[in-house]
Amino acid sequence: MILSIQDVVKTYSEHVALDHVSLEVPQGHIFGLLGPNGAGKTSLIRIITQITAPDSGRVIFDGEPLSERHVNEIGYLPEERGLYKKMKVGEQLMYLAQLKGMSRPEAQAKLKDWFIRLDIKDWWNKPVDDLSKGMQQKTQFIATVVHEPKLLILDEPFSGFDPINANMLKDEILAIRDRGTTILFSTHRMESVEELCDGIALINHANVVLTGNKKEVQNRFKKNEFELIFSGELPLENPLFDVMGIEDSQDGRRKARIKLHVDVGINAALGELIRHVDVYAFQEIIPSFNDIFIEVVSSSK
Amino acid sequence: MNKILLIIQREYVTRVQKKSFWIASLLAPLLITAIYAIPIWLALRDKEVKRVEVLDQSGILEAKDFTGREIQYELISGDVEAFKKTFAKQGFSALVVVKNTILEDPRAVQIFSEKNVSLPLKSSIERIVQNKIRAVLMHKAGISEKVYEDTQVDISGETITVSDQGRETSSSSGGAMILAGVMGLILYVTLLLYGSQVMNGVIEEKSSRIIEVIISSVKPYQLMLGKILGVGLVGLTQFLLWIVLTIGLSRVTSVLYQPEVKKEIRSIQDKKVQEAVREVNKSDISPMEEVSKVLASTNIPLVIGCFMFYFFFGYLLYSSLFAAIGSAVESSTEAQQFTFIVMIPIIISFLMAQYTMQDPDSSVAVWASMIPFTSPINMMVRLPYGVPTWELLSSMVLLVIGFLACSWISARIYRVGILMYGKKVSFKELSKWIFYKG
Repeated sequence: MILSIQDVVKTYSEHVALDHVSLEVPQGHIFGLLGPNGAGKTSLIRIITQITAPDSGRVIFDGEPLSERHVNEIGYLPEERGLYKKMKVGEQLMYLAQLKGMSRPEAQAKLKDWFIRLDIKDWWNKPVDDLSKGMQQKTQFIATVVHEPKLLILDEPFSGFDPINANMLKDEILAIRDRGTTILFSTHRMESVEELCDGIALINHANVVLTGNKKEVQNRFKKNEFELIFSGELPLENPLFDVMGIEDSQDGRRKARIKLHVDVGINAALGELIRHVDVYAFQEIIPSFNDIFIEVVSSSK
Repeated sequence: MNKILLIIQREYVTRVQKKSFWIASLLAPLLITAIYAIPIWLALRDKEVKRVEVLDQSGILEAKDFTGREIQYELISGDVEAFKKTFAKQGFSALVVVKNTILEDPRAVQIFSEKNVSLPLKSSIERIVQNKIRAVLMHKAGISEKVYEDTQVDISGETITVSDQGRETSSSSGGAMILAGVMGLILYVTLLLYGSQVMNGVIEEKSSRIIEVIISSVKPYQLMLGKILGVGLVGLTQFLLWIVLTIGLSRVTSVLYQPEVKKEIRSIQDKKVQEAVREVNKSDISPMEEVSKVLASTNIPLVIGCFMFYFFFGYLLYSSLFAAIGSAVESSTEAQQFTFIVMIPIIISFLMAQYTMQDPDSSVAVWASMIPFTSPINMMVRLPYGVPTWELLSSMVLLVIGFLACSWISARIYRVGILMYGKKVSFKELSKWIFYKG
C-alpha cells in the first residue's frame, strides 16, 4: 500500500468533512476517488497533500507516517488550477519544480524532456497570459508530474481538454502508472473511471461508502441480469427468470433484459430459453459505474 | 528554509523585472532633482531686466537709493496722469508714485502696473522706500545714519543640547525637525506602499488559484514569509536606487550649474546685491546646511541602525497584516473594506508624528513611540532630538513583540483564508479563523 488512511476525522467548525474515513490505495494503481460534490473528496485530498491536517486519525505514506518530507513525493493537480499570469512558462515551471525539491539543472533537464514529449518546445519563453486554456492545462500537468512523484493526485484532469489532448493526457497518465507511480484520480466522469481506474473509493456524506478493485466492485453490484437477443415468442411466465423489458431491435430480432431468480444457474436459464426462442446473444449485464454511483449515492440519502 | 529562499527569489525577481519598478526608481530622483534644479535654472535663465519708473512727489528719494538693485529704477518727476498713460508703452513694468505725505502716512505709496505686480517687485519697492523713510525719520530724531546702520543687527540663535554627562553639542532644532520629518515620511510612504504590494501579491495568488499548488509544496507560513521578505528586499533595493540616483543626479546638475552660478555672482558688483542674492538663496541652502549640522550633531550610525530596525520590523508587522487581509478576500476591491483597519494605525501614527515633531518629549510623543503600531514612525521622528536609551530599547522590544503577535495572528488567518472561496468574510469570521485547528 502506498497510501493508507486510517480513521481520519476532519471537521470545519460545525461541519464534518470526513467522519472516520479509512482507505487503502495499492501501489501502482490508478485509484478513482468518486463522490458527489461536497462529499469530502477535496478535504481528503488536502489532508494527503498536507495542506491541512486531520483532527484525528493517521495517514501512512509508503510505510511511514505522512510528514513534511513526503511533500516532494506527491504531485497534486487541483481542480481549480492557476498559474502566475505574468511569468513565463519556463520560469514558472522551473520555480514550481524547485519548490518540489528539484535542483536547477535537474529541473531544467526534466522540463526539456516534457516540452519535447508534449510538443510544446516553443512555449518556454511565452508569458502564461498568452496561452490558451488547454495550453495552460498542459503546463499545469507538467508542473504536477515533473518531479516524478510516487503519488500523483489528479482532480478532474480532463476538464478543459479537447478530445485530442485528452487522449494524449490519458496516454501520459497510463505511461506514468506503468512506471510504477500510483495515481489518485478524482473525477465525476464515470466513463473515464471505467476506462482508467484499477480501483475506486466512493465517498458520500463524509464517509467511504464503497471501495475496492474495479472488477470486484462491479461484481458486487451485478444483479444477476442478462441481455438476450432473440427471435420468437419469449415465455413471460416461467419459474426460472423474470423478463424485465423487451424492445425491438433492427432486423426483426428483439432484445430483452432477463433477471434470473435466486439460485437459478445460467445454463438452466439458457436451456429454458433455447427451448422457446432462437438465441443470438446472451450476455451478463455488468453495471456501469454511472449506475453504481447513482445507486449508492441515492440510496444513502 | 531553502524553499523560503526560492520564494523570496521569485518575489524579488518578478518585481524588479517590471517596468513600473524602474519607472518609479528613476522618476522619484528626477523629481527631487527637478524640485530644486528648476527654480535655479529659471532664475539663471530669466535675464530680462525689469524697469520701473518712480515718481517721487515727496522729494525724499535720491538716485543713490536705487543703485545696485536687480530692478532698474528711474527717478522721474512730472504729472502722474501723463506717466500713467505712457509708462507701459515705454517698456516699464510699473509706475511707483510716492506721495508727499509719505513721512506721516506709511500707505502713501502707489504702484501702477498693467498686470498684477509680482510679490518680489512689490517688496523690493517697499523695502527701498521703507529704508529711506526710516533713515530720514531717524535723522530727524537726531540719530545719525552711522548709528542707524550699526543698529541693524541680525540675531540668529544657536541651539545646544547638553547630555547627561554634561557634553555639549551644537544642535539645530530646525534641522532636526527636517531630518525627523523626512524619515517619518519615508517610513509612512513605504509602509503603505510595500504593505499593499504584499496584499496584492497574496490576492493574485489566491484569485489565480495557483495557491493550492504552491501550498501543496510549501507551508502557508513559508509562502507568506517568503513573500513579505521578497517584497521588503524590493523596497530596500528601491531605497538604494533612490539614494544613489538622487545623489548622482544632484552632482551632475550642480556641476552643470557651477560655472554659471559663479559667473552670475561675479557679474553682480554691488556687495549689497550679493547679500540680497544670498538672502534669496538662503531658503534653498539653509535646510541643507541645517541638515548637515544635524548630521554632525547626531549619532549617524545610531540613526541609520534605528531606521533600518524600525523600517524592517514596522514593515514586517504591517505587511503580515496586509497579507492576512489579502488572504481573506478574492479581489482588491473586496479588500478595501478591510484595509482601513491597517491603514488607520499608519495614518494615525503619521498624524501623531506631527505632534511628536513639535514636542518630542511630551507624554503623547513618548507613548506614540512605544506602542508597536505607531512606534516605527514616531520613534524615528523623536530620534534626531535625542531619546533616552531605555526608552529606545523598550520601544524596540515592544515592536518585536508586537511583530511576533501580529504575524502569529496573520499566519493563522492566512492559512485558512487562502483556501476559502466564494464566502463573504466578516471580522467575526476572521477572528474565528485564528482559533481553527491545523
